[in-house]
Amino acid sequence: MRFVDEFREPELIHRTAEEIRRLADPGRHYRLMEICGGHTHSIYRFGLQDILPRNIDLIHGPGCPVCVLPMGRIDDGLSIAEQPDVIFAAFGDMMRVPGTHGSPLEYKARGMDVRIIYSPSDALKLARNNPDKHVLFFAIGFETTAPSTALTLMRAKAEGLRNFSVFCNHVTIIPAIRAILDSPDMRIDAFIGPGHVSTVIGCRPYGWIASQEGKPIVVTGFEPLDILQSIVMLLRQLNQRHCAVENQYKRAVPWEGNSAALRAMAEAFELRPFFEWRGLGFISQSALQIKEGYAEWDAERRFAVPGIRVTDPKASQCGEVLKGMLKPAQCRLFGKECTPERPIGALMVSSEGSCAAYYNYEHRKAQTLTKLASAPVGA
Amino acid sequence: MCLAIPGKIVELMEGDRSLASVDVLGVRRKVDLGLLADERPVTGDWVLIHVGFAMSKISEADALTTLRMLEELGEADAALEEAQGYGLGEAGETGSRAGP
Repeated sequence: MRFVDEFREPELIHRTAEEIRRLADPGRHYRLMEICGGHTHSIYRFGLQDILPRNIDLIHGPGCPVCVLPMGRIDDGLSIAEQPDVIFAAFGDMMRVPGTHGSPLEYKARGMDVRIIYSPSDALKLARNNPDKHVLFFAIGFETTAPSTALTLMRAKAEGLRNFSVFCNHVTIIPAIRAILDSPDMRIDAFIGPGHVSTVIGCRPYGWIASQEGKPIVVTGFEPLDILQSIVMLLRQLNQRHCAVENQYKRAVPWEGNSAALRAMAEAFELRPFFEWRGLGFISQSALQIKEGYAEWDAERRFAVPGIRVTDPKASQCGEVLKGMLKPAQCRLFGKECTPERPIGALMVSSEGSCAAYYNYEHRKAQTLTKLASAPVGA
Repeated sequence: MCLAIPGKIVELMEGDRSLASVDVLGVRRKVDLGLLADERPVTGDWVLIHVGFAMSKISEADALTTLRMLEELGEADAALEEAQGYGLGEAGETGSRAGP
């Protein structure tokens, strides 16, 4: 319980942890998957797994959009950006993600015009400021980010801004959950539902997880207390053999989601027939593409995109980690060939990927402990 | 990209109803309110901001809790960097910078 005393409300944390211990049936093993990378980050940062009884396992799901993006899409985006007079604009998270011939940052070092932006509307601003260049926005993210890109496309069209386009890599969370549940080797009992994605889509789209798959799911906030409360709610459901969608994060998530954001997405995007996810393979109707009405701002229509496919190295076991069959450190490459500095697998790519999060917090902690243990007494 | 940062609406922009001047971690930034068209916030409201767009209205207490959590997660600097980056980091275009 190393971090408990740092918590804002240690009393409440202790009581909630106590309730979890009371509810966890010692004869049972509970496997709970948190879908969102933000939760994974909080869980490691606060050492929440250490607070939980040993028979509760937290399994880290596919909710890091940078991690699940296939390398071929990065190569495709960079190949457009290599054409003359193109500015490649992307969020900072993308900058160190390796493509076959380097990351966007490495391309920048070789002289390509690469800009870090913090908002899609700033890609529009870049286009306005650079009328003799073409600004390519490398769009990525789940339903949290997709509405902002949609609104940006709508603004570009309304303005008639011709030197701007979007390379769309937006993905949707529900098909990824379905792919995990459909996998024969899946071993998950319940889900800690995403927080920010749910501010947009609401709680309704998760209904089938409870009603058809018989798995409880609780939409959850990002504080340690939120996550612990959500675990209490899941254990109660599991112990009573009850399956429902519950909302622990009511302060930010309305049950129906954000109607204006959903409208913007429906205006600019439609589902792709299929899309590849690193670690999970091809999933049908799991990503967004730009609608015909916005064709002029769709980089995939405006430019010749090579459609590069790069298969992950056979040795990496990202898929097994994503489905909860292996812990990050049980992958044969973890911490050896595959590290956050030199990622091979999807989950090591971004700090919110489960392997990178595990490496940054757990692995370093273990190394420190080993060092301390081997240090001479009194040193 | 995955951060959601609370900000307090200081002023609704005249002319463009979808923009507001928002205090984010002590920095004044233009934030897009287009995704809150169905529950339009007013001056003094707190919103959760994601990639420069207000995504949901939240209470002041929840906003302060979230700010504290960004601190506890060691992400306050990243959040400030993100807020400063909105508008291509051209500070001053939407007003003065308050303390950190």
